[in-house]
Amino acid sequence: MIEFHLDPQTGLSPYRQLVRQVRQALRLGLLREGEQLPTVKEVVAQLAINPNTVLKAYRELEHEGLVAARAGVGTFVTASLAVASPEATERLRGQLRRWLAEAHREGLDDEGIEALFATTLRDDTHEDIA
Amino acid sequence: MTALQTQHLAKRYGRRPALSDCTLDIPAGHIVGLVGPNGAGKTTLLNLAAGQLTPTAGEITVLGEEPGSKSALAKVGFVAQGTPTYGTLGVADHLRLGARMNPRWDADMAHDRIRRLGLDPAMQARQLSAGQRAQLALTLGIAKRPELLLLDEPVAALDPLARREFLQTLMEAAVESELSVVLSSHLVSDVERVCDYLIVLVDSRVRLAGPLDELLESHRLLTGSRRDPAELPAEQRLVTASHTDRQSSLVVRTDAPVHDPSWTVNRLSLEDLVIAYMRDGAVHDHAAPATGPNLKVLR
Repeated sequence: MIEFHLDPQTGLSPYRQLVRQVRQALRLGLLREGEQLPTVKEVVAQLAINPNTVLKAYRELEHEGLVAARAGVGTFVTASLAVASPEATERLRGQLRRWLAEAHREGLDDEGIEALFATTLRDDTHEDIA
Repeated sequence: MTALQTQHLAKRYGRRPALSDCTLDIPAGHIVGLVGPNGAGKTTLLNLAAGQLTPTAGEITVLGEEPGSKSALAKVGFVAQGTPTYGTLGVADHLRLGARMNPRWDADMAHDRIRRLGLDPAMQARQLSAGQRAQLALTLGIAKRPELLLLDEPVAALDPLARREFLQTLMEAAVESELSVVLSSHLVSDVERVCDYLIVLVDSRVRLAGPLDELLESHRLLTGSRRDPAELPAEQRLVTASHTDRQSSLVVRTDAPVHDPSWTVNRLSLEDLVIAYMRDGAVHDHAAPATGPNLKVLR
């Protein structure tokens, strides 16, 4: 069972934070197929959060095919999220190292690199949605 | 079913308007956050809904009933500002009073909550901490089994832990008994957590009202090189504009995506959205004036 938390610093609405935390837990193997998510009442009692927010997050996860609700019992994980294979992870890490070396040669410091990465990732994500 | 419905509702004290031309239609089942500066009319609206005040003009119904009528009083709970309790009465006396005054009183629930809160039934209300008093007032409000609970600044005087515990109790009750709630608060972070419907009141008027998610989805912050907001396409309604000598920052309401590549488009946090409407209509120009330094800070 995972425990949710809310971080006001993220700028994400509470509902998006819940969805993201379930996805992250799936990626990290903290949640596995067949396991149960906390009930709406448990999340509401723990976080002092609007029940509709929890329902909306669970509905979105259901829509994505990651969880399924069983009437009167709760919401259960029905899928796992693809995690890159160890080989692919190593290959991507190598590419990133070469890219970082080039960025440093061009005079970018860590903060500049983080800013460039964050804006590029955001633009890329936006394009996916649009 | 509507929880709260108003038509051109107004309340004046002498010539001073406390609430003007307020038209709202809030479906049941929401937890509504009422925000706005001091003196904007939040308490007046809640008192009108509770039947503690009569309108100067316009109409108001709660759960389809006239506020203050016998049938409305049975279904509407009200916790006034400062979560009032009777100082010299004991905790148990409060529960007895609640049982006598409310036909649908749930004594088991009240006693269960008092026990879970760790309150000594024999203790006088004035001996309780602010957080415990607030919890006692909320317990009375919930055990009445209302369909609509009105709360005026319920957490204003509480420390962060007591505030969280109060909101936990409230949200649990909302799940258990399918309550509609209207609560006023200055703490936008609390509103973001617990509310799914927002009303922004400024200067006695409703500036913004709607489901919170929809409001966040339909507003964008546009930043780019300085230009005239009058050039915005028709479907983008300007909320606020703020300019420096080189840059313009606009908050717009739009249901369509913003495609103009010369803008950097961002979502607004709830706090920024609320602040934008608190300065609704105002165009803030921060370009250096001809005389003297401009000390205003662009938020």
